[in-house]
Amino acid sequence: MPTTILEINDLSVSFDGFKAVDGLNFYVDQNELHVVIGPNGAGKTTLLDMICGKTKPSAGTIEFKGLHLEKMLEYQITRSGVGRKFQNPMVYEDLTVSENLEISYPKKRDPWGCLFFRKDDAVRNEIARIADLVFLKDQMQRKSAHLSHGQKQWLEIGMLLMQDPELLLLDEPVAGMSPRERELTGELLRTIARGRSMVVIEHDMEFVRSIAHKVTVLHQGKTLAEGNMEKVQNDPRVIEVYLGH
Amino acid sequence: MDDVVHSVTCHSPAEMLRPPSSSSRMRAAVAFCDRVAVPVLALLILVAIPVLTDSFRLAMFGKYLSFAFCAVGLVLAWGYGGILSLGQGIFFGLGSYLIAMTMKLEATSADPAAAVFNSDGPPVPDFMTWNSVDVLPWWWMPFEHLWFAVVAAIVLPAGIAFALGYANFRKRVSGVYFSIVTLCLASMASIVIIGQQGYTGGINGITNLSTFGGYDIRTDQAVYVIYFATALFLLSSILVGRFILRSRLGKVLIAVRDREDRIRFSGYDPAMFKAVIFAVAALFSAVGGALFTLQVGFASPSVSGIVPSIEMVIYAAVGGRLSLVGAVYGTLIICLAKSLLSEQFPSLWMYFMGAVFILTTMVFPKGLSGALDRFRGTQEDQ
Repeated sequence: MPTTILEINDLSVSFDGFKAVDGLNFYVDQNELHVVIGPNGAGKTTLLDMICGKTKPSAGTIEFKGLHLEKMLEYQITRSGVGRKFQNPMVYEDLTVSENLEISYPKKRDPWGCLFFRKDDAVRNEIARIADLVFLKDQMQRKSAHLSHGQKQWLEIGMLLMQDPELLLLDEPVAGMSPRERELTGELLRTIARGRSMVVIEHDMEFVRSIAHKVTVLHQGKTLAEGNMEKVQNDPRVIEVYLGH
Repeated sequence: MDDVVHSVTCHSPAEMLRPPSSSSRMRAAVAFCDRVAVPVLALLILVAIPVLTDSFRLAMFGKYLSFAFCAVGLVLAWGYGGILSLGQGIFFGLGSYLIAMTMKLEATSADPAAAVFNSDGPPVPDFMTWNSVDVLPWWWMPFEHLWFAVVAAIVLPAGIAFALGYANFRKRVSGVYFSIVTLCLASMASIVIIGQQGYTGGINGITNLSTFGGYDIRTDQAVYVIYFATALFLLSSILVGRFILRSRLGKVLIAVRDREDRIRFSGYDPAMFKAVIFAVAALFSAVGGALFTLQVGFASPSVSGIVPSIEMVIYAAVGGRLSLVGAVYGTLIICLAKSLLSEQFPSLWMYFMGAVFILTTMVFPKGLSGALDRFRGTQEDQ
């Protein structure tokens, strides 16, 4: 019996009266790659926003390793071991690839610690290892503003890997990528999923099938179906609201 | 705004004229300029200016250099931290006034006339007597000690800036809204100083300061001593700024400036970083203010309010808000132009400065240092 690392109960949030997420229960096991699918406006991104602290829920609890994330600030949640990748790549464009990875190194994240931070061999090796993993080892000294869209996506995944989170939240990691980049990213996700839990939002069903351990279908802020890919795909309600058209 | 490049300042003409070649040679040239920028500035302010000017002009330059501290601080806070403070005059003024307070008490205790008015307590400064304040206010008392004033002039402005900054940034008041907050505070600062005449000297400021810890600041020799002290402190503050920018702290600041919404998810508290860099900028300004008072022998609301605060922003903008060294050149250029032009065309000077600011933002958004970079084609990578 695998242990549950993330436990979400009765989670709700509304924006101007619109219930984006409505009494949602959602669980992620240790080392599970959990994919969330659903039509536009189903509350997928909002769910990730609430886990990582970007949006405060109006009701419900989010427990991660016994911590109540709904009461914590974004940076505290990040430090507790949650990593978030946004839909549009968000990298620090004025910094080089290497610098982007360096500041993602999860130590000395207060001003004083940063001032006297020494990039020792351990840090250097980690940066090199991650850069290699995300296909950017030849781009180290490049300003990240000059990377292609796909490379920025990879860099952001690399930054998250530097943080070495126990729970990784990815919002459409292959959006806007070429078929070749998709393939590489799929492999990458399988590699990095080892030893951590992941929640991935994705639309590309082919891609979902290739990576998911478990799939949750959201619809109007509620869980419509949950289970393995096959079960979800054959669920008549899922076919009606999402897969059918 | 998002594609701002790291500033690399070059001040050697030979380097500027070299055509861009391979990127590795380019990078070497950039590194060379980066290395010589501070030594060249040091030569200018430690050797060239003192050798080429008389003591009257030197005192003028010393005054300009004390303003340059604010511009250097603004490069850190504004250029790298993204905090456009329109209130650096507050901190400059604080540093200036806190030193002026101890010097005033020193001057008062040396003044036989002051003892006549208040024989049983500590002597009361002349401007207080004129305003019927007959007993030295309690908060003036500690300033009888020179060390207290020096410590206060450093700690107080930085502490106030940190508390103020953190309170605002934690509530996510930032960008133009924070600029407006600082502008209001600068306005309040001068209103309070002018309004509380009995405690602050009002519109006249605190005047007739002649000694600092017994050292007479009015002699020709003192002009040189204080000038060199100012220049050395300024160079040190540039080196401190450079140390900050080259550390991981500098990189995090850039990340906070460009993507504050993202840096939280790298595990940083942006409010803390912004408050810290704002406090560093305030500290530099306060040191400048303290040295200003030593040079001119007074503290005045005219250097603490909105107008000087905005002038300081113009210094940094003209020099290049991403260049610590450029900030000093920006200050020197604007201040020199001000003193030359305001002698010739007193009524036109303000229009001129406004025009310079508008032109800078439109044509050289990265100021002089940015323009030099562009001239040399330092746009690394594409």
